[in-house]
Amino acid sequence: MPKINVAMTVNGKAVSAEVEPRLLLIHFLRENLSLTGPHIGCDTTHCGACTVDVDGRSVKSCTMFAVQAQGAEVLTIEGMASADGKLHPLQEGFREMHGLQCGYCTPGMIMRAHRLLKENPNPTEAEIRLGVSGNLCRCTGYQNIVKAIQYAAAKLNGQEFKEAAE
Amino acid sequence: MNDAPAPTSLERAEKLQGMGCKRKRVEDVRFTQGKGNYVDDIKLPGMLHGDFHRSSHGHARIVKIDTSKAKALPGVLAVLTAEDLKGVNLAWMPTLAGDVQMVLADGKVLFQNQEIAFVVATDRYIAADAADLVEVEYEALPVVVDPFKAMAPDAPTLREDIKDKTEGAHGTRKHPNHIFNWQVGDRELTDAAFAKAEVTTKDLLTYQRVHPCPLETCQCVVSFNKILGELTIYGTFQAPHVIRTVVALIAGLPEQKIHVISPDIGGGFGNKVGAYPGYICSAVASIVTGLPVKWVEDRIENLSTTSFARDYHMTTEIAATREGRVTGLRVHILADHGAFDACADPSKWPAGFSNIVTGSYDFPVAHLSVDGVYTNKAPGGVAYRCSFRVTEVAYAIERAMDIMAQKLGLDPVDFRIRNFIRREQFPYQSALGWEYDSGDYLTAMQKAVEATSYRALREEQKAREEAFRRGETRELMGIGVSFFTEIVGAGPSKNCDILGIAMFDSCEIRIHPTGKGIARMGTKSQGQGHETTWAQIIATEIGIPADDIIVEEGNTDTAPYGLGTYGSRSTPVAGAAIAMASRKIKAKAQMIAAFMLEVHEDDLEWDVDRFRVKGNPESFKTMSQIAWAAYNKVPPGMEPGLEAVSYYDPPNMTYPFGAYICVMDIDVDTGVHKVRRFYALDDCGTRINPMVIEGQVHGGCTEGYAIAMGQEIAYDESGNVKGASLMDFFLPTAVETPHWETDYTVTPSPHHPIGAKGVGESPNVGSVPCFANAVNDAFKFLGSTHIPMPHDAYRTWLAAEKLGLHA
Repeated sequence: MPKINVAMTVNGKAVSAEVEPRLLLIHFLRENLSLTGPHIGCDTTHCGACTVDVDGRSVKSCTMFAVQAQGAEVLTIEGMASADGKLHPLQEGFREMHGLQCGYCTPGMIMRAHRLLKENPNPTEAEIRLGVSGNLCRCTGYQNIVKAIQYAAAKLNGQEFKEAAE
Repeated sequence: MNDAPAPTSLERAEKLQGMGCKRKRVEDVRFTQGKGNYVDDIKLPGMLHGDFHRSSHGHARIVKIDTSKAKALPGVLAVLTAEDLKGVNLAWMPTLAGDVQMVLADGKVLFQNQEIAFVVATDRYIAADAADLVEVEYEALPVVVDPFKAMAPDAPTLREDIKDKTEGAHGTRKHPNHIFNWQVGDRELTDAAFAKAEVTTKDLLTYQRVHPCPLETCQCVVSFNKILGELTIYGTFQAPHVIRTVVALIAGLPEQKIHVISPDIGGGFGNKVGAYPGYICSAVASIVTGLPVKWVEDRIENLSTTSFARDYHMTTEIAATREGRVTGLRVHILADHGAFDACADPSKWPAGFSNIVTGSYDFPVAHLSVDGVYTNKAPGGVAYRCSFRVTEVAYAIERAMDIMAQKLGLDPVDFRIRNFIRREQFPYQSALGWEYDSGDYLTAMQKAVEATSYRALREEQKAREEAFRRGETRELMGIGVSFFTEIVGAGPSKNCDILGIAMFDSCEIRIHPTGKGIARMGTKSQGQGHETTWAQIIATEIGIPADDIIVEEGNTDTAPYGLGTYGSRSTPVAGAAIAMASRKIKAKAQMIAAFMLEVHEDDLEWDVDRFRVKGNPESFKTMSQIAWAAYNKVPPGMEPGLEAVSYYDPPNMTYPFGAYICVMDIDVDTGVHKVRRFYALDDCGTRINPMVIEGQVHGGCTEGYAIAMGQEIAYDESGNVKGASLMDFFLPTAVETPHWETDYTVTPSPHHPIGAKGVGESPNVGSVPCFANAVNDAFKFLGSTHIPMPHDAYRTWLAAEKLGLHA
């Protein structure tokens, strides 16, 4: 199959490669760039384990071709901590609030929550639940994921989140 | 100058982050940064990708397989069929249940999506293309989908390979499609109890076919080193050592030359216990090509081929007095095992621990009979977040108790309390042969009743029913109650083995000279947080901070032999091994401390993280000091070093229990439900990390909610699997998932070194009947006795329709 040059910015770094037009963005990230944080869980765009941020929108990268991200700004879980290694409040919140167990959905869940909090910095519980409803978790029952996102929202707003993980 | 007072025992204990502490998980540091290491993250030089061509038929003879087009595709290195596997005697493989199963279809296919050919290519896209290019000519055969028709005289014979075999792995087979009949209990006494019973109930209670569906599917990377003759297998294995032994036995490779590694696992829930054709084919393909081979299942393959769960059809009868005392239990189960009996149970238990069906109640007599049958469905029968076949029978007894309470006109809570095994009866011998270790059911039930204001809920429900009758509301209110007893911690060697290996588990602890250490385990976490909680047990036992202990699992070369993680066995079995290994270290440390302090070891007493001289607390040696001494100043005649290993064969199973209450509103015109409240009280004995326990309860209840309210792997009459993607298979999102209220009581296990019982699976066992009872409870004032699972909106609407509510 003929290959096409694709170039984009991933986690602040310019990257390019010759790829088949049918190559999915998730495989480009995982195989070509060795960014194995985003995962594959379903093949049908239901589970959200592959969620990354593309040009300021949450995208399930198993449903987008790499060539469709031509020129895009892509952010994955690997780009969430700051350059000095300080964790993003969401990364901190998921640990503090026990918002993960097997960890497989976590990178996608955090990336989705990241965009959600950009769109709505003070979401209610119902807004959080609806906001992450494109991301499935089989372990936690979501309750502590909601708390993790509330923790991060408070921290990003300069407040302290007082509740504990349940 | 430092005038700060020395820390108290309590302060030192808190610093350890031992048992009882809500310690934050150490695993999360890597998982929250995308640095987990799952199987699909593994890339080896020259690695190839495998993919299957699968059957489009449920039952058909294979006339011809043409692989020429697939082989001709550039990038394809090999296409394997059963004929190729016969050359290495691997066309069939043994199952854990004593049956055999095809690795690749040999002459016929027995279920839709069965593996027919394995394609190996340089890239996963090419492998998928080539799998599509394999051409198979079929001759369709009549299909058996309904297990109740499997043993009809004119039923087509599914397993022609064993059609003349009248003795199976578990006794006599009475039909070519019959696998086994298994009976427990006293039939005569039970029949007699029913003959003289004042009140009886008899209901067919079906627990539909479902699937564990972890977010990460089953996958492996296999690499064969021809020079050394060594096989390295990275895989999503809940039981890596068992996989190594199985591979050694079926492939004839020496066990020391097989290296099985389970890296991080993205959820298991029972799906990743068994050995699947993908693993065998990847190994053969690596041997054939001399290159590493990766196989990654997609979601449809996962849901339709690798190990379903349940599919139990349970005719459940209770005998009782008019006053509401149970006098007998009689259960017959028809178990649909699919095309091969690949059930993941301990070898001697073809129906798992389904003889826990007497539940939390004092049945004087009981009888259980289970018939397993073959059908044209995928093989399996794994314990989907429950101990072996426990959630099935917990559903049966908890549903049947509600039905009997309804018939007697008793409240479901009062009827249960009247029949509970009482605290003073423990250790309790059940009519079906188990010895329940400990329990305090009444206290747990009463706590649940108070916490939920249960009596007031019943008043509210009564008012709602009256309003409904008056036509003022179209919403019914259901209150679900379940009181479950689990049986976990498989298991004692007298009861349990897998392929002849006793179901012990193990722990090896090494304390380094600086007082830090590593613990290696025979278990394998798939999200349970072992790296966090195992270190907490060690911290409390030997006084070394949990942060100073690394826990390693999953590498068969470095870990002591263990039977893995499933059936909530890790804490009851491996958790005990950790305590026992710790105590060996502590005993040696005491001798070293005595030598250092120049006293007799009996003159020492333990104080959190140190041995001190009795009556002279200023004279002590900390574990850290003792560890250093263990490497340079041991008593004469003692070996240096500070390490221990324990292989723990438990004396009994453990019996966690709990009381769950659900409040649900149901719209009779749409069938849509809303869970108003869900309260889960769990008693798992000693609690190691309450945060992790509560997380397990949330997750297990969510899985139970999915099963009760919507999950089903269904087949049509032609054997087509209906809905094996996440389009159809119900995984609840954050929107549907209820809010969980957790609570607990603590009744330690008397035979476990730290009194812990295990918890991971209790919430699945307890919540499924609780939800089902809530739906049924809403309709029972209209005369309805049993609406089967799953309770999705359509089926609930249909139940309302049948009751004439839409007239």
